[in-house]
Amino acid sequence: MNRLSAAFAKGRPAFVAFITAGDGDTAANLDALVDGGADVIELGMPFTDPMADGPAIQAANLRSLGAGTTTRDVLMIANEFRERHPDVPLVLMGYANPMIRRGPEWFAAEAKGCGIDGVICVDIPPEEDDALGPALRAEGIDLIRLATPTTDAARLPAVLEGSSGFVYYVSVAGITGLQQAATDSIASAVARLKAATDLPIAVGFGVRTPDQAAAIARVADGVVVGSALVELCDRHGAHAPEHIRALAASISEAVHAAKREPA
Amino acid sequence: MESTPNSFRNQPDERGHFGDYGGRYVAETLMPLILELETAYRAAKADPAFQAQFDDLLEHYVGRPSPLYFAERLTEALGGAQVWFKRDELNHTGAHKINNCIGQILLAIRMGKTKIIAETGAGQHGVATATVCARFGLPCTIFMGATDVSRQQPNVFRMKLLGAEVIPVTSGAATLKDAMNEALRHWVANVEDTFYIIGTAAGPHPYPELVRDFQSVIGREAREQMLSRTGRLPDLLVAAMGGGSNAIGLFHPFLDDADVKMLGVEAAGRGLDREHAASLAGGAPGVLHGNKTYLLQDEDGQITEAHSISAGLDYPGIGPEHAWLKDIGRVEYTAVTDDEALDAFQLLCRTEGIIPALEPSHAIAAVAKRAKEMDRDAVILANLCGRGDKDIFTVADALGVEM
Repeated sequence: MNRLSAAFAKGRPAFVAFITAGDGDTAANLDALVDGGADVIELGMPFTDPMADGPAIQAANLRSLGAGTTTRDVLMIANEFRERHPDVPLVLMGYANPMIRRGPEWFAAEAKGCGIDGVICVDIPPEEDDALGPALRAEGIDLIRLATPTTDAARLPAVLEGSSGFVYYVSVAGITGLQQAATDSIASAVARLKAATDLPIAVGFGVRTPDQAAAIARVADGVVVGSALVELCDRHGAHAPEHIRALAASISEAVHAAKREPA
Repeated sequence: MESTPNSFRNQPDERGHFGDYGGRYVAETLMPLILELETAYRAAKADPAFQAQFDDLLEHYVGRPSPLYFAERLTEALGGAQVWFKRDELNHTGAHKINNCIGQILLAIRMGKTKIIAETGAGQHGVATATVCARFGLPCTIFMGATDVSRQQPNVFRMKLLGAEVIPVTSGAATLKDAMNEALRHWVANVEDTFYIIGTAAGPHPYPELVRDFQSVIGREAREQMLSRTGRLPDLLVAAMGGGSNAIGLFHPFLDDADVKMLGVEAAGRGLDREHAASLAGGAPGVLHGNKTYLLQDEDGQITEAHSISAGLDYPGIGPEHAWLKDIGRVEYTAVTDDEALDAFQLLCRTEGIIPALEPSHAIAAVAKRAKEMDRDAVILANLCGRGDKDIFTVADALGVEM
């Protein structure tokens, strides 16, 4: 059992936490997430053109790039995280161009060397899998695909084919950090996904509070929170880690305590 | 280099790839819509009624066919090859952009979409989109970088007169690429009822193909007109390129005419060693806005800002078919600086009584260089893809004239 599958096999829903690499003191922010009880960390690779992201994560990308963050910096952050936290699964999330710039094999090998467990690439759908998927699989890195409300039954097998680690269900047709979907629609979507795969299902987009997270945790295997954490980096600057730790702790408590509803 | 294909005109493949380029690099939310668009486009293309409606609107609303014009005094001034222009600046709204907008709005209506969005840089595509939305009574939202909104006020007002809502985009550098990001974000959240009219032959498949097909009316007409006027095909085609839609529209119908050479002209801005917008000359392959193509980017794959005096060429990417045509060597690509384009702009004003847009001024600058190197019986055909009324303030400023 690898780190990612172990994180979803603790007999309780998992809290998946996202922050952008290079936005503030990332090492301290990541440690705060772990202290706060996050089960899986998604580390955002900054990109100049984050087309699927709402204002909070867009701004985080620009702050990070404005501070001079490079791909090597992101990998170094990951590598140091792995040394400090040998057991916490770490997933890189971002856009295709920075991931394939030096070739997908280069990226996959570097990611492996830094102890990355999985990769989420927003703009490589299954139709373009060749651009990154084979290189990641060759290194044993999970390619975590996104399923959305527009992913219909005819498409779902193609999305799941070649996915591993977990499936990230994007609960709203939209961008990160804005509105949240109704819990009922999430429950039925997760049930639909569960019928088609044995992979754990984590649900994200628009989840901001412990209550929202708990409601989703009752129907899914994991809950992803990103924008609400990223906003703390903006608002609190050097004091961000303590605020991140506090929010992470309240979300993880709510998520971990959530009782699974019978499907 | 790949071996020469039997035809240069049967791209892309069924996955929307032009060689290694193109494709569908979009978020999963958009994928089903992109597939639906492809199905709808295939059906429309096969439907004579769709083609008939498109042709009728091009004739009676846009004013096609646009003339093919022999530029006698420019030819004399250059002292080399004969220079002919395809006069797409005489179209309704003053540029080639309207050809594509007519095609896409008919497709949108056919798909039952009730809202239209588009991105715009200088505002030409925004005006063309707002125009067809007014013509068909569909609500129109245009995303435009805040920087461009402030420097292109006349076009902003035109769009508003035509009933469009113009949304200034403040993210990034607040120019064309950021407007496209924001249009994509809006689209992702409104996929059910909204059609995105992309303004150039780029973006996820099938956009590069369908924009090319709608713009190919330029090349089809030009080929026919040239044969009937001169009994021969031109030796060289020349067109300016931002995303490359007018260029691919001119080139595509000639791609299998082995004796017709082609030259695409990018914007070299302040020089290829400084700020420019020449993705083919100074970029590298990568993925942005749904397709793989040449991009201006750094070693980490971060997209860099483009610069050109021509806002319509000010984009850090290029249509994927051009990327393929460059790699296989069928089309030659060059780049022209702001200063060279300004000289060409003035040259055409004085020799032909035509005020060209700054975009085709780049093509004219390349024509001026090539014509001198060619025999007097050789024929160059350049696309005059837009008129220059919109650019007179930019030109005055560049020439140090106070208005």
